[in-house]
Amino acid sequence: MTSTMIRTSGLTRHFTVKKRTVEAVRGLDLTVDEGELVALLGPNGAGKSTTLRMLTTLLRPTSGTAEVAGRDVTRDPRGVRARIGYIGQGNGAGHSQRARDELLSQGRAYGMTVAAARARADELVGSLDLGAVADRVVSSLSGGQRRRLDIAMGLIHAPELLFLDEPSTGLDPQNRANLAEHVRRLRAEQGTTMVLTTHYLEEADQLAERVVVIDHGRVIADDTPARLKAAHAGDRITLEFDHEQEAERAEARALGIAEGAQTERTGTRLEIRIDGGARLTPKLLRGFDEAHIPVASVEVARPTLDDVFLNLTGRSLREESAGAGTQERAA
Amino acid sequence: MTTFATDTATVFSRELRPVLRDPFSVIFSMLQPLLFLALFAPLLPDTDGGSALQWFVPGIVVMSCLFGTSATGSNLLFEIQTGSHERMLVSPLSRPALIVGRALKEIVPMFAQAVLIVLVTIPFGFELHVGGALVALAILALFCVGLGSLSYTLALAARNTEWMFWAVQQTLLFPLLLLAGILLPIDEAPEWLRVASHLNPLTYVVDAERALFNGELVSATVGYGLLAAAAVGVLGLWIGTKAIRRASA
Repeated sequence: MTSTMIRTSGLTRHFTVKKRTVEAVRGLDLTVDEGELVALLGPNGAGKSTTLRMLTTLLRPTSGTAEVAGRDVTRDPRGVRARIGYIGQGNGAGHSQRARDELLSQGRAYGMTVAAARARADELVGSLDLGAVADRVVSSLSGGQRRRLDIAMGLIHAPELLFLDEPSTGLDPQNRANLAEHVRRLRAEQGTTMVLTTHYLEEADQLAERVVVIDHGRVIADDTPARLKAAHAGDRITLEFDHEQEAERAEARALGIAEGAQTERTGTRLEIRIDGGARLTPKLLRGFDEAHIPVASVEVARPTLDDVFLNLTGRSLREESAGAGTQERAA
Repeated sequence: MTTFATDTATVFSRELRPVLRDPFSVIFSMLQPLLFLALFAPLLPDTDGGSALQWFVPGIVVMSCLFGTSATGSNLLFEIQTGSHERMLVSPLSRPALIVGRALKEIVPMFAQAVLIVLVTIPFGFELHVGGALVALAILALFCVGLGSLSYTLALAARNTEWMFWAVQQTLLFPLLLLAGILLPIDEAPEWLRVASHLNPLTYVVDAERALFNGELVSATVGYGLLAAAAVGVLGLWIGTKAIRRASA
């Protein structure tokens, strides 16, 4: 039987900004079991970082409770801290410090003996490929090297539960892939429970076994990426025609063939959303052929988590993360 | 599980390590006091007690502590901005240890700078009384720890506005320095200035340093200096630990 690593009940956090109360997190109920790899996905300002900050004792909840690694975040924050690892958005290592020195200090902070911290630091320097820079000053390290050092510091005491706040922000694609690799390995080799926040759809999709979609401080969906997509977004069939009337006729025909399909036409392009789109496409094309509607091109796309988000909220996550201010327009 | 003492030791040695790895940083931060020593001291007339250095050097020792320690909060400010302070807040380190360990570290560069200033001035006629000097530095250490803690408090208060830290630090630094009679004696100042000087705890510390560096071990001046330094130390640490508890709530 697996035990529960995180259990929150009605977790709420309000902020007062210019005498207005902002409800960043509203009554969040979340349970994470041992060994899970969970991504909190949502646009900027959705409340995912606030949630993470409450779970890591950096922020006190306004109301509600959270039990993390068997300890209550309000009653026993130190107990929580001793049992979790945390990799924040910034760089955890002091810029004037040497990388290995910071690993040692970090180990001491978690109550390890000097010898144990040294041995563990050596181990992590090896596995995170930091050997060449371990004795250099942190400010001389590249962004990717600093991120690896952050991971090493977060793992110094081999925590059973690891939090990662926007771990791949600011990393180039190669370092992002590298990070994903480390997370997967940690999961496979140590069975570490991990909770990460991200607004990168691909990251949540590829990395997490469970995606918790958060919007306006509430959980609006919670499942595996595959099931979320199956439940909340169909495949997308995009058809191109030479003339607009053909697209018009095709739309009517398509609705006859595929029951429950959602269609959207822009000029000579017709987009059809439906479950099992790949299997339906040959049937659609035969139907168009019978009606003498020539199809110029066809493309079938599997749904993305963005489609899920769009379906759930009517807004696209890509727009949200691209810039602030779209929230009001979309709402 | 760690204790407050081990946590303080962890923070202390983490702060100290870059200083030990790069001792020249200590000399760099005392450039200003050394300049005052080289360019200002020759302007002072010799007193009947002997070289003007006998009066000026203890003041410069205090000044170098004042400059270095009052600015030390900027290190914390930078770590708040980069994320390393947050990383330490998530660790089980005790909150007060995060301030106390940092503040205690200030003693080390203060001591190194004092030794350096004394060594540099001995060839120019500064007469060293070892016993008195050691007591003087012990008293100054108390003041340093309090001031360092206050500087960190200022960093916590100004964490979102870096200019605020420097504005407050600079605004307070020079009145404190001048009113304590570090550069010029206050004795013949107008009444209002003398009153202001008596309200400045640093005045008593500076007077005690002068007495002690000249070999006067037991006197009321030394007693008042010890009291003022201890008060700044205790008050500074108390305010600092309160500030970090509140900032991380």
